[in-house]
Amino acid sequence: MDWLNSILQGVLVGGLYTMFAAGLSLIFGVMRLVNIAHGDLVVMAAYLALVVTQALGMSPLASLLVIAPLMAVIGYGLQRWLLNRTLGDDLLPPLLVTFGLSVIIQNGLLEVFSPDSRKLQAGAIETATIPLTPDLSIGVLPLVQFLVAVAMIGSLQALFYRTAWGRAFRATSDDQSTVQLVGVDNRHVFGLAMGLSLAVVSVAGVFLAVRANFDPSMGPARLIFGFEAVIIGGLGNLWGTLAGGVVLGVAQAIGAKIDPGWQLLAGHLAFLIVLAVRPEGFFPKVQA
Amino acid sequence: MSNDFNSITRRQAVLGAGALAMPTVLRSGSALAADDVIRIGYVNARTGPLAGFGEADAFTLEQMQKLLATGLSSGGKTYKVEIIAKDSQSNPNRAAEVASELILSNKVDLLLATSTPDVTNPVADQAEVNEVPCITTNCPWQPYFFGRNGDPAKGFKWTYHFFWGLEDVIGAFLALWDSIPTNKVIGGIFPNDADGNAWGDPKIGFPPALQKAGFKLVDPGRYQPMSNDFTAQITAFKQAGAEIVTGNMIPPDFATFWAQCAQQGFKPKIVTIGKALLFPSVIDSLGARGEGLTSEIWWTPNHPFKSSLTGQSARDLTDAYTKVTGRPWTQPIGFQHALFEVAIDVLKRAKNVKDSKSVLDAIVATDYKSIVGPVKWSGQPVKNVTKTPLVAGQWRKTDKGFDLVVTQNKTAPEIPVGGNLVPLG
Repeated sequence: MDWLNSILQGVLVGGLYTMFAAGLSLIFGVMRLVNIAHGDLVVMAAYLALVVTQALGMSPLASLLVIAPLMAVIGYGLQRWLLNRTLGDDLLPPLLVTFGLSVIIQNGLLEVFSPDSRKLQAGAIETATIPLTPDLSIGVLPLVQFLVAVAMIGSLQALFYRTAWGRAFRATSDDQSTVQLVGVDNRHVFGLAMGLSLAVVSVAGVFLAVRANFDPSMGPARLIFGFEAVIIGGLGNLWGTLAGGVVLGVAQAIGAKIDPGWQLLAGHLAFLIVLAVRPEGFFPKVQA
Repeated sequence: MSNDFNSITRRQAVLGAGALAMPTVLRSGSALAADDVIRIGYVNARTGPLAGFGEADAFTLEQMQKLLATGLSSGGKTYKVEIIAKDSQSNPNRAAEVASELILSNKVDLLLATSTPDVTNPVADQAEVNEVPCITTNCPWQPYFFGRNGDPAKGFKWTYHFFWGLEDVIGAFLALWDSIPTNKVIGGIFPNDADGNAWGDPKIGFPPALQKAGFKLVDPGRYQPMSNDFTAQITAFKQAGAEIVTGNMIPPDFATFWAQCAQQGFKPKIVTIGKALLFPSVIDSLGARGEGLTSEIWWTPNHPFKSSLTGQSARDLTDAYTKVTGRPWTQPIGFQHALFEVAIDVLKRAKNVKDSKSVLDAIVATDYKSIVGPVKWSGQPVKNVTKTPLVAGQWRKTDKGFDLVVTQNKTAPEIPVGGNLVPLG
């Protein structure tokens, strides 16, 4: 029963990792950009949610109606005016620029919001629980978070494979030069992809902020799990990212059950084993 | 044409950077000869994860700057005082680097550092190696002393520290838990970091002391900080029927743990956590779930001490802080103030303030009544450490937000008690 509980809670934590990873997976799939500032953008979204909930008195989930479009616009601008200039044959410039962006965002948030630890208040749902058996209960919030993560991956998948936008994303991902011949502006497509990525980031930010405390410096620590989930699942594959998040969450839960000291290590070990056995991940989309 | 434009912006940028740097490097005139200026170096974490500890720096430095505007007289001579503050960026390597800069480039006469072993230890190590007098605070003394490989028989020569120790936390927590009836089963949650390992240490930490006092400790093992799941610990505590939870956590980890406790149906009577529950902002962020949590207390506005430097009581100081910054008081404010109090007292008493040996002698001879209590290095618990009082208490909701109430003072009877412990839920 204990093991079942641990694994179940691990799966739910996997939902959180999937949220962190989805935006990363998306932009890597479309433009091979590794965004080091991703974790800090998640924290920035959390702060935007804090401002919106306090200023407009909205619930954290409702605040997404404001933050998601706002983050999408920021993402589009960021890509068009900054990151597009760094893209090319060399992988290093975007890495360096997003690293710099990470430092700027962290210190900008510190300056504006102070180092205080903050949290979004979502009311009773935070502590609500569903008792499955006398020994086994799951939290409503982690469950909702997991379902939202699944829905998020599902809708991104539908967007990629059922819509004209998705076709443009995939075509640009396959061959940037050729899509330009048929009238697709790859700079615009990249901007849209980053906008979409940051809309996804805002969902991750709100859930992170409801789940636990956040402060300006915690982005990078949360980023690593996102990266690992993307790699385990296979670069650029969205359902793979969900699988990667769950594998990571469960590996950590099993590690923690043996000894809490093994918790993060078990996750990293799972990641290393996947890298060693299947370097391209479980469901590779991109042939490197 | 475009070249001119560029050069102007570059110059403006440099000017801008200079203006930004001014508040931290508080210069008060450099026309005087080097011998007429006393330089105090000060290291704290202003940015990064420990930035909460540096929050009161601007307030404290401004207050000291005003007090020292007319100079400081020592040994029959008046000196200008220059306080050079540097940010450790919450990184121990950076702390060592800025300490070495302060010693070698700025040639400071006295080095001060505060807040957690990540700042105090590297700074004190640099001071010891370079033979510069150094005073630190705001870090339990065991991580400070043993973390630097201190030998209790010999001690250090140049570096001195005032704060409380692990034995005080243990004493204060035990007294707290004894004040209401429980089944005496405790869940211990300690991270794998300097504090967590010291607290959970089977020789000097909580486990032997709890056993001796008749408590049963359930300790599933050290976890890595910034963990996202505490199911394993919660399950173990539930199975053992723990009614008390204790440990040493950072705020985000505690928030995750505490939400999961509720989600997984674990309801302890007392939750006493070190480090995470120090700042009112953290308790505020927990909302209703912050009410009734318990923590160690180093200092409150109700502590019966006065600053011998400004004459302010503890309450006066926190009121002044709240008035200037518009923010609630925090415990480091008192210790930062006390650090400068002690430093200024030492510099006043030194026979020759420009001679490091003479400053060191003045530190050793300190017998001072500060806003956090008496500071006097008398060899207890070790040569370089003197202790300030520690009590424990509970966060209570009031009309003006959360207030930290001292609920027991067995470990330091001079601190007044503000109420009785109320069990959670």
